[in-house]
Amino acid sequence: MNFFGTNLTCQRGGKLVFEDLNFSVESGSILILTGKNGSGKTSLLRIMAGLTSHSNGLLSWNDGSVKQEPERHKMRLNFVGHLNAIKPFLSVRENLTFWAQTRGVKITDVHSTLVKFELQHLASIPTQYLSSGQTRKLALARLLLCNTPLWLLDEPTVALDPQSIITLEEIIAVHCKNGGIAVIATNFDMNFPDSKELNLHNFSPANQMARHFVQ
Amino acid sequence: MKNFFLLIKREIKLTFRQIGDSGLVVTFFVLATIFFPIGLGPEPDLLAKIGPGIIWVTALLAAIISFERLFSSDYDDGTLEQLALSNTPLGLISLIKALAHWVTTGFPISIMAPIVGILYQMPEKGYLVLIITLALGTPTISLIGTVGASLTLGAQRGRILLALLVLPLMLPILILGTSATDAAIAGISFKSYLLLMGALFLGSLVITPLATTAALRLALE
Repeated sequence: MNFFGTNLTCQRGGKLVFEDLNFSVESGSILILTGKNGSGKTSLLRIMAGLTSHSNGLLSWNDGSVKQEPERHKMRLNFVGHLNAIKPFLSVRENLTFWAQTRGVKITDVHSTLVKFELQHLASIPTQYLSSGQTRKLALARLLLCNTPLWLLDEPTVALDPQSIITLEEIIAVHCKNGGIAVIATNFDMNFPDSKELNLHNFSPANQMARHFVQ
Repeated sequence: MKNFFLLIKREIKLTFRQIGDSGLVVTFFVLATIFFPIGLGPEPDLLAKIGPGIIWVTALLAAIISFERLFSSDYDDGTLEQLALSNTPLGLISLIKALAHWVTTGFPISIMAPIVGILYQMPEKGYLVLIITLALGTPTISLIGTVGASLTLGAQRGRILLALLVLPLMLPILILGTSATDAAIAGISFKSYLLLMGALFLGSLVITPLATTAALRLALE
């Protein structure tokens, strides 16, 4: 498996966020997106997920263009954004089960997933009584239930305690060991034995201009 | 298809966990319709004449104040973007939302309307047609509401914009609904009005999911 983008350009609200961005991730590897606030980490992740459209460039999975088969691309990715997509009036188990079912996953794994994220004792509690860290863990629990090759994570460590961050790192490492791909937008120093870093600052319009002058 | 029932089940569950929200809309409808006779004074002839019109206009207003929450909570908590990434088409999601909206507002309003009608001393010939027109017209209103609600997602002061956007679109339903009831009271045939309302419903059933899909995609950009 190979997921790559060439010459990607992103515009938000008429303003150029990044241009001529290239990236490539293979099966079993992790790509960390870094950069200042506003450098386009979230935008790039949303472009990778197909939620936001890129004004230029090509996004490909193996040999096929993502744009040509959006439905298939959706089925191979799992996106955890800023927002947790959790309903306060539903219980922890109900929230998780719903997302598992929309992906056609058997719900027998719900309990073991909750155990992994230490949420099993809260299973029947409405999520409105959860702390923000626990809610975040519940959102991340979706990753394990819906086993897709590509994981797109936007600041996954926000609100997590150190122990949970270690658990998350382990889960991501196992995912990649099994041949998955993870793209993580974060400025937190996550601990992975080998991962590629992509600093979005290098693709900001100002920087590109400077590069042209040097050339 | 499996996802369709799954989403409906969840929508019903969510509605019943926050039943107060939909209860408020129906309460608004009843209260507002009660206020008119009190304000206008006890004139049986006048009230009987304006009754169907007032019930219809108030039903529209009650529907409009409840449109905003069609998509806004799903949009705010990220559910909408996750649904957009699932294999359920956004058009189907908008139909489910319209259905849930109708079950919690249009349907109870159709039931309450004849009870309110008593306050207006409506002639008894009008009651059945009033219920039928409301039951036939409110689904169309809910469908139009999904378009307005999806277009104003994420907009500042979206609520007022939403009302201004959908009100003109509801004019045909208002005209047909009140005309049918008036015709029934006058003893003229009202069949053609009902047929037109049915046509409007079927038309919007096809068109609104397309418009909503496009609007939701834009909102999620």
